[in-house]
Amino acid sequence: MVVMSPSGDVAMQQRDLILWATGLMLIVIVPVIIMTLMFAWRYRASNRDAEYSPDWDHSTMLELVIWAVPLLIIIALGAITWVSTHKLDPYRPLDRIDASRPVPEGTEPLVVQVVSLEWKWLFFYPEQGIATVNELAAPVDRPIRFEITSHSNMNSFYIPALAGQIYSMAGMETKLHGVINEPGVYDGFSANYSGAGFSHMRFHFHGLETEADFEDWVEKVRDDGGELSRASYKQLAEPSQKEPVRYYADVDPGLYDAILNRCVDPGTVCMKDMMDHHEPDHDHGSHGN
Amino acid sequence: MLEQLDLTQLIFGRLSWDAIPLHEPVIVATFVVVAIGGVALLGALTYYRVWGYLWKEWFTSIDHKKIGIMYMVLGLVMLLRGFADAIMMRIQQAWAFGDATGYLPPDHYDQIFTAHGVIMIFFVAMPLITGIMNYIIPLQIGARDVAFPFLNNFSFWMTASGAALVMASLFIGEFAKTGWLAYPPLSGIMESPGVGVDYYLWALQIAGVGTLLSGINLLVTIVKMRAPGMNLMKMPVFTWTSLCTNVLIVAAFPVLTAVLGMLLLDRYLGTAFFTNDLGGNVMMYINLIWIWGHPEVYILILPAFGIFSEVVSTYSGKRLFGYASMVYATVVITVLSYMVWLHHFFTMGSGASVNSFFGITTMIISIPTGAKIFNWLFTMYRGRIRFEVPMLWTIGFIITFVIGGMTGVLLAVPPADFVLHNSLFLVAHFHNVIIGGVLFGLFAGITYWYPKAFGYKLDPFWGKMSFWFWTIGFYFAFMPLYVLGLMGVTRRMSQFEEDAAMQFWFQVAAFGAFLIALGILFFIVQLVVSHRRRDQLRDTTGDPWDGRTLEWATSSPPPQYNFAFTPRVHDLDAWWQMKQHKYRRPEQGFKAIHMPKNTAAGIILAGISTVLGFALVWHMWLLAGVSFAALLAVAIGHTFNYDRDYHIPAEEVERVEAERTRMLASHV
Repeated sequence: MVVMSPSGDVAMQQRDLILWATGLMLIVIVPVIIMTLMFAWRYRASNRDAEYSPDWDHSTMLELVIWAVPLLIIIALGAITWVSTHKLDPYRPLDRIDASRPVPEGTEPLVVQVVSLEWKWLFFYPEQGIATVNELAAPVDRPIRFEITSHSNMNSFYIPALAGQIYSMAGMETKLHGVINEPGVYDGFSANYSGAGFSHMRFHFHGLETEADFEDWVEKVRDDGGELSRASYKQLAEPSQKEPVRYYADVDPGLYDAILNRCVDPGTVCMKDMMDHHEPDHDHGSHGN
Repeated sequence: MLEQLDLTQLIFGRLSWDAIPLHEPVIVATFVVVAIGGVALLGALTYYRVWGYLWKEWFTSIDHKKIGIMYMVLGLVMLLRGFADAIMMRIQQAWAFGDATGYLPPDHYDQIFTAHGVIMIFFVAMPLITGIMNYIIPLQIGARDVAFPFLNNFSFWMTASGAALVMASLFIGEFAKTGWLAYPPLSGIMESPGVGVDYYLWALQIAGVGTLLSGINLLVTIVKMRAPGMNLMKMPVFTWTSLCTNVLIVAAFPVLTAVLGMLLLDRYLGTAFFTNDLGGNVMMYINLIWIWGHPEVYILILPAFGIFSEVVSTYSGKRLFGYASMVYATVVITVLSYMVWLHHFFTMGSGASVNSFFGITTMIISIPTGAKIFNWLFTMYRGRIRFEVPMLWTIGFIITFVIGGMTGVLLAVPPADFVLHNSLFLVAHFHNVIIGGVLFGLFAGITYWYPKAFGYKLDPFWGKMSFWFWTIGFYFAFMPLYVLGLMGVTRRMSQFEEDAAMQFWFQVAAFGAFLIALGILFFIVQLVVSHRRRDQLRDTTGDPWDGRTLEWATSSPPPQYNFAFTPRVHDLDAWWQMKQHKYRRPEQGFKAIHMPKNTAAGIILAGISTVLGFALVWHMWLLAGVSFAALLAVAIGHTFNYDRDYHIPAEEVERVEAERTRMLASHV
């Protein structure tokens, strides 16, 4: 059960949260189930020994308890929710690599720009100048920042072993931060139904043991990769299913931005030039920018 | 322009023989079965000459009791369709691993899960809930009918009209492949140019008219037509929860109509409310649809809560514990249900404070809900519990629902939702509360009030069989989905990569679905067996369970006018109190009773609406124009119908009441 035994620190904290919340709620759920069965048995009509008070319908004390118990649990859970939601906000840069290691001073996260297409995933590595289809890689213990958008349909970018999901939407950018702590190959997919090819909209995420391994992978992409221009992007964006892994070494540097702003076609005006916009980086939420 | 006008296209729009899915063997087989069954049914109705009877006594009836029963029939028939979809999905998912692609291509599978959701919510749960409210509310508040009897008939037929359009899409064209809430841009004209989404939109718009009008009707009925003495805090709990549900309907359904209307404009007129380009915003759709969608959940569950309250107090032979806190809890849930909608899309990129706010408001709802559960528990405490079938459903409900409630609160914690959202864990959760809450409540309610409606009890043996198969089947079908969700399996997938562990859980779930199928079968067997044994199961008293509220004060089934004299209410458990005070039924002094008259306007208007919807789906502009004009003409024509009421003569009332006196005497 990957959600219960993930390999990334963010997903691990989310797992712990599930366990804590479940535990808290069981404090009241278990007694309720036991009481239901107990009362049903004890006060069965054939049991004439049990007390019968047909007009007993109120007890201020008892009603206070009835409201107070769920209230107390929800106060506790509400506090946990407030704190954890802020701490695990997917937009918030990471401050730790795992429970025992903070992110070292001056570490820059690896940036990956994600585009969901019909029905495949396109990943840009702007710093490395490469792009891939349906394959993602990152070195272990290095924070990753995903910037996510969609070509058309709404999808949800989700690697359960790494971190929770976030939607990809056309003309908007969402963000997700995560870090993988154990080397391995993990499943990633779309968690939001997007049409006929949705079931196969999957990719592998490689958690690579060292930075050198990651460099090797980048080199491999560079060596095997072709060109990703606006024209070849248009072709790639045509609906297709079970798309194989593809590498691109020569990537149009403005392409991701053009996809996000819906101006890949020559002659179209970019959304960011159309509207009065504020600085997108300070804009939490998924407004068009 | 004119020379481009193609007459065929004007008449048939985009409908052609290609629209009949002859290439889908599953659909063709279904069609053959439906056609044979349909012809047999129509033949039998004709052979036994019941058309006139059905038309006069049922289809045109404005009696809330008959309309209530028609709603129930509609809901149960559609349950079979919705469940057929469910079992097809379960088989496909248990099968399609690795190289095996199963038997449903994505194109078909995607229609099935969309239809399943749409049908189960709009055409099963809603009609069943509305049907029970329709039947019971006037009886519980001591009224002779609802506030607007004609509107009631019209509402029912509009709901049926929507259902008919959804059913038509099975054989003519296709249904939406978008999921039950049809999120754009997938449901937009660019991504879904076919008729599927249009069927979806027009079916829901037409049925939505029915739902909204029925909500207004029942709301006014409860507010204005209670028997003298029944102030708000003496209303039975089922009436209270129904009141809140209808408030929610009246406030929420216009939002649905508006948002679907905007999507229709996007699709038909090229506006850009929810498009990717031209300044459209899909997030607006998702916000709006859930501003309707979340209250909708409470629209369904609140009446079920009311049913459990009635059932638990009746079979425990005890006053409901904490009536006042029960009422406040219901009202609090009603208000809070409008403040939680964003929890359906924490993953869409809202800020941490926004997500926390909606997470915490969601959790707060569990406080009044928890209080309700305790109230039912303490109603059982020191009671004399008779384990009749409705009571079994209630106990099954409490245990099942608290589990669903717990997973629901879990999903309300945003960081937890990030890993569970859209997974089968979520699917397991909402089936856990909708089956364990709404459906169990409906079965409890149907079994509880069946003798009131038909004059005989349901056979308890088959009722218990149905209960056990449903309950055990539920656990087998949905507990594996929780596990699968934790394995990271997302919903709405028709094919999986090879994974033996995963497939095992899907097979367990499919087994559970078969147990549920038996549960449904035994429910039908129960109806048949009870009908055949009706003489042994007969209820001559009108009060077979030693009930507490006013519906048990009338005969079973109640006379057309419900109450010969409007009862006076002195206590919350009005009928219980009357029995305690040795209430004597008046046996003379009857007066003529003023009643509304049957009318065919409702079924005609809804029939034309079905044609209009179909024409709009297929772009048959000529037919659309004609049927729209006909709709207006009939609606206006009906306002000139002044022959709307009549009096049941005093002698007739006296005869019916004397019959009841004889029945009661024969019982003692």
